[in-house]
Amino acid sequence: MTNVEELVKQQAEIHGHKRESLMPILQAVIRSERFLSEEAMVAIAKELDISTADVYGTASFYTFMDTKPKGKNIIRVCKTITCHMKGKDAVIGALEDLLKIKLGDNTSDGKFSLLQANCLGWCHKGPVMLINDEVYPEVTPQSAVEVIQEYLKQK
Amino acid sequence: MSTYKVNLKVNNLNVSVDEGTTILDAARQLNFKIPTLCHHDDLCVAGNCRVCVVEQVGNRLLPAACATPVSEGMEVLTNSMKVRQARKNIIELLLSEHNADCTKCFKSGYCELQEMANEYRTGDHIFLDVRSKNEIDISSPSIEKDDSKCIRCQRCVRTCTELQAVSALAVTHKGKEMKISTFLDKPMNDVVCTNCGQCINRCPTASLVERNYIDQVFDAIYDPKKFVVVQTAPATRVAISEEFGLGPNRSTGKMVAALRRLGFDKVLDTDFTADLTIMEEGTELLTRLKEALVDGKEVALPMMTSCSPGWIKFQEHIFPDMLDNLSTCKSPQQMFGPLAKTYYAEKINKNPADMVVVSIMPCTAKKYEAERPEMRGSGYKDVDFVLTTRELGRMIHQAGIDFEKLEDEKYDSILGESTGAAVIFGATGGVMEAALRTAYEIVTGREVPFANLNIKPVRGMDGIKEAAVKIKDVKEEWSFLEGVELKIAIAHGLANAKELMNKIKSGEADYHFIEVMACPSGCIGGGGQPIPTNMEIRKKRAAAIYEEDEKMVLRKSHENPEVTEIYKSFLHKPLGHRSHDLLHTHYYPRKRY
Repeated sequence: MTNVEELVKQQAEIHGHKRESLMPILQAVIRSERFLSEEAMVAIAKELDISTADVYGTASFYTFMDTKPKGKNIIRVCKTITCHMKGKDAVIGALEDLLKIKLGDNTSDGKFSLLQANCLGWCHKGPVMLINDEVYPEVTPQSAVEVIQEYLKQK
Repeated sequence: MSTYKVNLKVNNLNVSVDEGTTILDAARQLNFKIPTLCHHDDLCVAGNCRVCVVEQVGNRLLPAACATPVSEGMEVLTNSMKVRQARKNIIELLLSEHNADCTKCFKSGYCELQEMANEYRTGDHIFLDVRSKNEIDISSPSIEKDDSKCIRCQRCVRTCTELQAVSALAVTHKGKEMKISTFLDKPMNDVVCTNCGQCINRCPTASLVERNYIDQVFDAIYDPKKFVVVQTAPATRVAISEEFGLGPNRSTGKMVAALRRLGFDKVLDTDFTADLTIMEEGTELLTRLKEALVDGKEVALPMMTSCSPGWIKFQEHIFPDMLDNLSTCKSPQQMFGPLAKTYYAEKINKNPADMVVVSIMPCTAKKYEAERPEMRGSGYKDVDFVLTTRELGRMIHQAGIDFEKLEDEKYDSILGESTGAAVIFGATGGVMEAALRTAYEIVTGREVPFANLNIKPVRGMDGIKEAAVKIKDVKEEWSFLEGVELKIAIAHGLANAKELMNKIKSGEADYHFIEVMACPSGCIGGGGQPIPTNMEIRKKRAAAIYEEDEKMVLRKSHENPEVTEIYKSFLHKPLGHRSHDLLHTHYYPRKRY
């Protein structure tokens, strides 16, 4: 049994084998793996005796449940109107330059993914950036770069 | 069940209906038609397309008639100004996302959305066109999936889940990206899809249609070097009439005449190989019973029928540990193919390389079945093209043949003779009934103990049917069956099949012989049959099938003279060496997830 399969099995023990156990198990896999691999979704389908299309259908509904590999740190810049008007494009541009990737990509060392997010509820302090679960309000291209540099220093 | 009556007014007319009835059904009782798209009689309520909105007096919002139960004193207007305007907008909104390429579309003239747009004279294009661009998925030999025509009503998803318990299709993503898709958006051919085509039967647009091979078949007919023979499945002959607005009807003779006018060189019958299937499968069952009861061998029982290719693929995906239970018999279509290109080719002195075998099937999975690599027993591709009942209807329309006015004609011989036992293959329980008629007589020398050979307990639309036949006063060579109670079960629709399989696996039920058909009601409700489908239509098709059986002179497979002849001169005996090479096959486990 692979690590992911073991994780899914373990989570199914905790949350149960019913259809309604799907969300907590998906969330647990995301917490540990940062994305849902094909292997993980197949394992979940097996544990809950539902179809893989059902698992994928649920996962793909949620922006925060990625089905493609993601970096260790996931940067999400709010893309909605207020943050847009307050300059989120410049922030993204600065991060793209710093990390040498395009929006939606992962860095080759697997440390970062750069994504956009729907409204994060910080319209009064936009543009806002989210790194993993950490919120960074009122970022400028420069302050965003500084935050990332802090992350780069870790390990 | 509650028997409370609820009184309400629909368009100012009083009506009293059972508690829990929807506005849609209450209006139907008064013969008011409310348009629907996502609603389907075979499926659970969805309420997502909104075209069935009605006005409820005193309610500012317009409820969906299909998803709103009636309440006491309710006053409903199904065609008020407000309703008309809203409905028009809703249809326009659906069209703004729909690739309305109607003149080029396979479903043109058969499309529910197109019909509705016509009815409401929409076309003002008040909304921005936001249709999506996508590749059409033609990975499957049976099903073509075009998301640009999808209105996301989810009938297909509900069909795949509720009726078939497969869930190859699901709703994925959200908002404007929301679509009907497969696991990781894989091609249809790479997922657990059984190719049953039930989704096609229920798709209101052309988002899901069969892969059609009409042009290839016409090309073969026009090619003077090709000798094109056609075989027709039992269930097509009671449904093809629907393609001409004539309702479900026995129209075997007209269908044969039409096929001849289309230019097929010989019009032959899958019913012949259905009779042959009974000989092979019946013998296989008796052999397995002997091995279990006399020789004490480990044999896989219950034995399960193998005529339905959707069911076969379902088993390969979902219950790969039970493949030994499946009869090794090929389906009648795939028995016909190799016999046409060997036995028949020899008889008529044709080179099988110049022959083209076409099937007319009520089925989309048959298209896939014909492509299976095992299906080359003759040394050639046994069945070259498989057309659905709908495609045949289209060909007849294209050829300008007035179906209704055709005089009845008969099948060509040989490979055209059949019995009533073969024609009932088309309805759920039919293979079982046909097998019993023959097996019982082989074993006891007497006819099955049911009035007029009609084995009523195996007929009807119950999802799972069970019966037991006591075998007594057997012939000497079958003495091991004396007093045995033959236990049988029948399931139709894969959700029922799954339930039955789980019962068997858990040891809750034990049977000797099981018939499973992938489609609800059996082949008459097949994925290649005329659209629409519902229980009422399927019951009429079944009634026509049983009527056809009763009108036949011969009603037991072993009495088919052509079957006797082929065993005498070619196959020699059921399960013999030639049968093994041409008429039997094997199965492969497939990925469940």
